[in-house]
Amino acid sequence: MRNSPTSSTRLINFLGSMNLAISLLVIVAIASVIGTILKQNQPYTDYQIKFGPFWFDLFRSLELYDVYSALWFLGILAFLVISIATCVGRNTPGMLRELRHFRENVQEKSLRAMKHQSTLTTSQSHTEATALATRILHGQGFKTRQKVDAQHTVVAGMKGGMNHWGYWLTHLGMIVIFLGGLLDSRLPLMLAEWQGNLKPETRNIPAGDVPAISQLPPSNFSYRGSVDIPEGSRANILFQPMRDGYFVQHLPFAVEVKEFRVEHYSTGMPKSFESDIVIHDKDLEKPLETTISVNHPLIYKDVAIYQASFGDGGSEVKLRLQPFSTRYAAQDLDGKIFGDYKLTSSDQQYTLELKDFRLFNINDMEGDEGKVTKKNVGPSITFKLRDATGQAIEYQNYMNPVSIKGQYYYISGVRTSPGEPFRYLHIPLDPKGSKDRFFKFLTNMQNNELVKTAAIATTRNSMQQNSLQNAEMENQVIESMVRLTEQFSSKGSDGIMQEIAARFPEEKRENASEAFMKVLNASLRSVYLETLKQEGSQGEPSEADWLFFDDSILAVDKIAAYGSPWLVQLSSFKQIEASGLQITRSPGKDVVYFGSAMLVLGVFLLFYISHRRIWIWIKPQGDNQSDLVMAGSSNRNQPEFERYFNHLQGIFQQVMAHEVKHVSSTTND
Amino acid sequence: MSVPQQTIESLIERPSLLQQLGLRDWLWATAVLAATAFVFAKYGSIMDGYEIGILAMTAPSLIGLGWYWKAFQPYALTVTAFSLLGIGLYGDNYANAEVVFGLKYLVSSQSAVMWMSALFVMATVTYLGGLFSGSEFTLKTGTALTWAALIMGLTGLMVRWYETYLVDPEFGHIPVSNLYEVFILFSLITGLLYLFYEGRYKNRSLGGFVLLVISAAVGFLLWYSYSRGADKILPLVPALKSYWMKIHVPANFVGYGAFALAAMVSVAYLLKSKGERQNPNGLLAKRLPSLDMLDDVTYKAIALGFAFFTIATILGAMWAAEAWGGYWSWDPKETWALIVWLNYAAWLHLRFSKGWRGEPMAWWAIVGLFVTLFAFLGVNMFLSGLHSYGEL
Ligand code: HEM
Repeated sequence: MRNSPTSSTRLINFLGSMNLAISLLVIVAIASVIGTILKQNQPYTDYQIKFGPFWFDLFRSLELYDVYSALWFLGILAFLVISIATCVGRNTPGMLRELRHFRENVQEKSLRAMKHQSTLTTSQSHTEATALATRILHGQGFKTRQKVDAQHTVVAGMKGGMNHWGYWLTHLGMIVIFLGGLLDSRLPLMLAEWQGNLKPETRNIPAGDVPAISQLPPSNFSYRGSVDIPEGSRANILFQPMRDGYFVQHLPFAVEVKEFRVEHYSTGMPKSFESDIVIHDKDLEKPLETTISVNHPLIYKDVAIYQASFGDGGSEVKLRLQPFSTRYAAQDLDGKIFGDYKLTSSDQQYTLELKDFRLFNINDMEGDEGKVTKKNVGPSITFKLRDATGQAIEYQNYMNPVSIKGQYYYISGVRTSPGEPFRYLHIPLDPKGSKDRFFKFLTNMQNNELVKTAAIATTRNSMQQNSLQNAEMENQVIESMVRLTEQFSSKGSDGIMQEIAARFPEEKRENASEAFMKVLNASLRSVYLETLKQEGSQGEPSEADWLFFDDSILAVDKIAAYGSPWLVQLSSFKQIEASGLQITRSPGKDVVYFGSAMLVLGVFLLFYISHRRIWIWIKPQGDNQSDLVMAGSSNRNQPEFERYFNHLQGIFQQVMAHEVKHVSSTTND
Repeated sequence: MSVPQQTIESLIERPSLLQQLGLRDWLWATAVLAATAFVFAKYGSIMDGYEIGILAMTAPSLIGLGWYWKAFQPYALTVTAFSLLGIGLYGDNYANAEVVFGLKYLVSSQSAVMWMSALFVMATVTYLGGLFSGSEFTLKTGTALTWAALIMGLTGLMVRWYETYLVDPEFGHIPVSNLYEVFILFSLITGLLYLFYEGRYKNRSLGGFVLLVISAAVGFLLWYSYSRGADKILPLVPALKSYWMKIHVPANFVGYGAFALAAMVSVAYLLKSKGERQNPNGLLAKRLPSLDMLDDVTYKAIALGFAFFTIATILGAMWAAEAWGGYWSWDPKETWALIVWLNYAAWLHLRFSKGWRGEPMAWWAIVGLFVTLFAFLGVNMFLSGLHSYGEL
């Protein structure tokens, strides 16, 4: 053993040193910053996309995705605690001495050398002066000790020893808080993981399928996790997150959610979330029924159950899939939120993944006069459409048409990654309030025969009007109309641009595109008039009809990039909500609170009480006179002590000097 | 010319706290108790146990504060009078804000806050003018303007509290729930702390420095209310509907205010110290208080801030335990509170145990303000987390 006393003393000196303490405080502060800049505990795939493989691996090996559970971070914290403990251990004997000793053995010399000292002479006898000095100090709240010597007497006083208690309370409080936190930490889980007894589950599978190595027994000491329970269901587990996975923690009882409610303010903002829950436990004679809400948890068997969030609990929805292309048929689908459905009715294989149903959507809506107000636009579904290669596009479709500046639309949001905002497709509604006209128009655009017939009719008409007769040119125009319409209805205006880019050199494109747009517009108008005719309407189209035409063209233009071959429409639903519960067992909480109370009390004692000492050194000078040396010190707040010392000195002077005058006045009279 | 024995006795026996109190102090205590009883009688039925507890604790705190700092008494009474005026003018009609003259131009919360803003800016200019001209009268005017700003600001908050109930009884809440409201609170607390030290040290020359940071806050406040309509009264999100908010937020802002004060005094310290080195007869060297005093105020402010910040963080942990099911989640706001706290703990140790003084500590206190500012604003602007209520 090389554990010689010198090296252990050196270790203690190092651990208890102020430099180390300050360095550690700053290091913990800086290390904590990392976790706030890098968003913690996100799915690992998100980090991979964000950082690329190299940085992703590096950051992972530094445990930066869960800094506050990282060994190195816990190590620094432990180091800080050890440092505090060493510091307290080292300083305690000295402080106890400080508290106990009045230092009545001081020398006159050292008193006179103090920063705060003064002398005075009084016409009192030695005993009188001693008694008076003691009384004054007692009056000021000092405890005193006296030492009587042959030549002099010392009255040593001190007060404010609580200040040292402040030191202990503050620093031990910190240790207590850390220990309490340790009780609630995931350290035992991490140890078990190390030993190979536990492994977090990373797959998204039903709790029942999670293997035993990812499950934790109800007897577990502390846990904190969440579980979403649909109305009418119960659960006796919770999911405890761990890095990119989770553990399934079993509870000693089952929680049933009978009903979940959201109440709203008049503005539509949520006012409260609450759940009627029932605890089923064989230790209970009958199930325990209660209601929990945000800020009002239930605590049962040391386990606290909080209303944390809410979401869909698997609502049942009926969907209608209306294809944008004439090549597919419309399709109906009965589904449940969180279900996945294979769709085979198009050229490609798709999986429809139902993600969410929302009954209310409070959105900013522009009213008729252009004023933006918050409005409830009714139910919506969110789903993903995943193609055979695994690529998914996310959609959010509203069930009811929404009025924008007086015109009604079906609205569907689309985005390719969760970070983006939704882009919206607006399908206009015809005067009958249905989307039939839009789809009829779209179908007609895709019908080359019909486009051609319509094109011939329009061209002839206008050629006759302009009394032009040129069969070849006529054919050319008609052909362009058909081709451009086909391009537009399948690829949108991008299709037209591609066509122009392919056929014309750079400098001619602008003129060409103008001409093309004219031709396309003429063709689309003719198809639209044909559509109106099919609808059975007679006479000239109204202004509203032309507005509808414009909206339709905008929508068709967007369909090319929309990504879904269908418009997925919610036809009816049965909402089932799920209450998101946070369930915690936290044996360290009270320990932490106790430590916190120590800390607060300690800090106030440290700052607002100072340990003050006053010495009065009294030396008899003949019969009726004494010399006093008065000195003082304080361990804190020097400016304040200076003021205090001067004040005290004033008292001494007045009281003692009065006696002098008193005596002299009697002799003089 | 002998001093009577009685006087000697009174010198020896230090008068107890109660003996030091005058008639005025007892009147103050009576007034606070009467007001508390009135509030309890009127609103006790809709308060829960914790709120009654908070009310019960408020009374002795106010009495103690008034006894300890006498100037607080007339301040509180004036604010009470103005607030009651505002409430009286409102009656139970929120629309009065635009109709009744006294509300529209004086004590509706928006007008009062405008007054506060203007007065703070005027006070800043006046204080700085007084410092440069060396005119004691101008400095005194600065103090008066600051008091006036504080009266209007707190009146604004009090009346706003009432307004939240007028807009819709379900919205009602103490106005410390969003960035607009806490910026007012920040300005008020910083101003009050400053005036307290001004009185204690009998020195007005720091006003221009401290009020500068308040003016910056006021500038933000005005921008925030004009460009974002932040002064609109909105209901609370469910997580904020808790009595904890009533104590957690104000405690936090005593901390922020004290740290801001410390940083501004440190700025004065650096200027004074530079002035003494480069131009010992210059304005800065002559007019600013002694380095010792500046150092002392900085220390006192940081100590006060640290103590309150400790309490606030602990209260926050207790609230989090109740609202989110965990007293510590390493949420960005929590973590930044810890960072601020550790930073000042390091500062205190350096100063106290290593005896550091002077410019490095002043610089550190100024950097501390930026750390604090990030915890207070930056987190809301740049980081998301559980605390994302006061988003910009
Ligand atoms: C998070 C950790 C810590 C906190 C919050 C803390 C807090 C405090 C506070 C508030 C003071 C009073 C300062 C003043 O009056 O100006 C203090 C004093 C002190 N601290 Fe710490 N401290 C911590 C860690 C440490 C460590 C690790 C050491 C070991 C070196 C230490 C040693 C001391 C000493 C020696 C004093 C002076 C006490 C006296 O003489 O009265 N502290 N601490």
